[in-house]
Amino acid sequence: MTSVFSPPGFNFSNQSRNDFIAEKGIPMPKATSTGTTIVGCLFADGIVLGADTRATEGDIVADKNCEKIHYITESIRCCGAGTAADTEFTTALISSNMELHALSTGRKPRVVTAMTMLKQMLFRHHGNIGAALVLGGVDATGPHLFTVAPHGSTDKLPYVTMGSGSLAAMAVFESSWKPNMSRDDALQLVKDAISAGIFNDLGSGSNVDACIITASHTEMLRNVEMPNQRVEKERQYRFARGTTAWKSEEIRKLVVSEEVILLAGGDEMDTT
Amino acid sequence: MEHSFASPSGHPQPHQRHFNPYSENGGTILAIAGANFSVIAGDTRQSEGYSIQTRYAPKVFRLTDKAVLATNGFAADGNMFVKKVRQRLEWYRHAHSKDMPIRAIARLIQTMLYARRFFPYYVYNILGGIEEDGSGAVYSFDPVGSYEREACRAAGAAQSLVQPFLDNQIYFKNQTPAHGTSHPAHLPLDHVLELVIDSFTSATERHIEVGDGLEIYVVLAKGSTPQVLDRWQGVTEMTTTQDGERMFVIRRNLKRD
Amino acid sequence: MDHFPTNWGRPRNDTIDPYGTYPIHQRPKDAFSTGIQRTQHPIVTGTSVLAIKFKDGVMMAADNLASYGSLARFRDIQRLHPVGDNTVIGAGGDMSDFQYLQSILDELMVDEFCASDGHTLGPAEVHNYLSELMYARRSKMDPLWNSLLVGGFKDGKRFLAYVDLLGTTYASSTLATGYGAYIAQPLLRRAVEGNEDTLTKEEARKILEQSMQVLFYRDARSIDQFQIATVTAAGVHISEARKLETSWSFAEGIRGYGAQTQ
Repeated sequence: MTSVFSPPGFNFSNQSRNDFIAEKGIPMPKATSTGTTIVGCLFADGIVLGADTRATEGDIVADKNCEKIHYITESIRCCGAGTAADTEFTTALISSNMELHALSTGRKPRVVTAMTMLKQMLFRHHGNIGAALVLGGVDATGPHLFTVAPHGSTDKLPYVTMGSGSLAAMAVFESSWKPNMSRDDALQLVKDAISAGIFNDLGSGSNVDACIITASHTEMLRNVEMPNQRVEKERQYRFARGTTAWKSEEIRKLVVSEEVILLAGGDEMDTT
Repeated sequence: MEHSFASPSGHPQPHQRHFNPYSENGGTILAIAGANFSVIAGDTRQSEGYSIQTRYAPKVFRLTDKAVLATNGFAADGNMFVKKVRQRLEWYRHAHSKDMPIRAIARLIQTMLYARRFFPYYVYNILGGIEEDGSGAVYSFDPVGSYEREACRAAGAAQSLVQPFLDNQIYFKNQTPAHGTSHPAHLPLDHVLELVIDSFTSATERHIEVGDGLEIYVVLAKGSTPQVLDRWQGVTEMTTTQDGERMFVIRRNLKRD
Repeated sequence: MDHFPTNWGRPRNDTIDPYGTYPIHQRPKDAFSTGIQRTQHPIVTGTSVLAIKFKDGVMMAADNLASYGSLARFRDIQRLHPVGDNTVIGAGGDMSDFQYLQSILDELMVDEFCASDGHTLGPAEVHNYLSELMYARRSKMDPLWNSLLVGGFKDGKRFLAYVDLLGTTYASSTLATGYGAYIAQPLLRRAVEGNEDTLTKEEARKILEQSMQVLFYRDARSIDQFQIATVTAAGVHISEARKLETSWSFAEGIRGYGAQTQ
């Protein structure tokens, strides 16, 4: 009789099965990915995060206005690139654990805590969770900005970019970022970096989201720039009634039987 | 360029990675034939992978005053193919003192494509123009020369988005006509231009490789009046001969993200 | 010490043996092991070339490095080459193929000169010649492994176009090859698109210099020494090699990569 206990560690037998099936011509279903531009940068009073809003499935745009800046805690946010589901679930899980952590310690949680939780979880899964993250926030020890790669490695830098538009965005940072910028300058720089991704990287597009985190306040600027509004169509595509062919018509009442029983009076309106 | 493992024996055996002579440069083209006109359009973005190479690289080319060729696929093959077709048409002009009729151009393109059956031009071609009887024509080709005359055709990256739309709006597929009426066999030029523009703005919304600019060539048969084009902005006349057919190009901007 | 002379001076194969851990006698074969085939691969390579149009002509920039795999092998190679009085070409990719192209173009210019027919080849003609040559070689499955930019100014017209080992061509007011297409092109487009007719020579030079600096920060196959070619009505001018100014002061404040604070 086989053991009821699973061996320790991960079981990758399905991996080779899936590889075999894929080789025989049945590929795995394609996940929605956020072929993305996400960025973060340090400024005088805190952190500015930025993201574009395009989600893709291969070369098709799956969502023209998705949200890639995820909530971790009130003063910690996380931009996600890579497999959309992985970034959403990973950030949601860590957000939940951060809340529990805050409740059990009675303190405001720190950015390094979220960073450590994320990297340990991603490392555990050998890169099978396709989340590339930009984590930023302000805590008791000051502002912090990290990137977390899918295999769990992290980076701590004053300005970071991730996703398919990361090179375009990084070029903007490398040419214009300065230490101790003002809030407005930092926001403009982040908008420029995301715009570089939107207009030069096909995986990125639509609008700019930004999030400004300072010690006292977090400001989520959803769709702070909308440079790609849908143009009006030349024609209206309304179909006249009867356009769709049908074989038979049958009209039925949805309410099959109805019985109204009046309870003892007294509910009537007083009209005296 | 790179070496990789190919080890039936267990030994790491480096083997040469093969040079790939093809690439794919995105974009979409389409053409619609009317009763006495033909419309051929393409976007102007050229891309490779996630990069935009240029925001303006024409994919639609004037061959004669009554024939336009749109190419899509591998841009180097496309440009070279157009160059060779134009050369053959020039030879024809020198030999016959007239432009080659469009059905002959279509057959010429077939033989030129099939001549490269075992090292194909990786290009989808759509030929549009005016037939000798004055009717609007669209011929569409696969990369190795199979072709067909049709009323409309979309090809390229967003073919799967645009063709069903055209099937519904041009061929009236899945549309039952109102009682006692029937669908028109041909649509007027104005209507067709609106459909073309809407096809491209929609493809731009949902396909990452489509955008930047739109070029629409309009070929009018002898004797038809170009007044319909007055309401459109950015129209340039391209006619070069006095044969009667007239050619115009309409340029539009598309979203650049 | 590697006692096998056949291995000397040859690139280690990074894909198979990234850390050089094989015992020498069974080290995986290097790039030359299968003998030279028609479909080679680049050996000594140059990285990005950048070019923009400005008010009076075209400006092009390329650094002076020729890499040997990940080795910064030759640090004083010129990757910009004048062709006649109106054209300059810049090359990324295999440097031996580029130098072969230079000899072909020089020969072509001599032939044209000898014709003495009053015609000279301008940038458009040189670009067309190169595109036909590159396409013909790819069709023979024997490509010249380069990405080339052709820039020039002739008869009052600016010209700037690209051609690569596949024969792919395109034109634009800003162009960049290699990593430059990802890193520098966004900067160039933002600075130049719409301003082609107002940018001065000095502004154009600044834009290219800043882009070369960003490339040096982020492209691991680049170097901080570069040249700029300017083509105007006055002809082709290729600058002396110049050093980039770089700043690394931001690194002072960085401590570790994670939770470290000291």
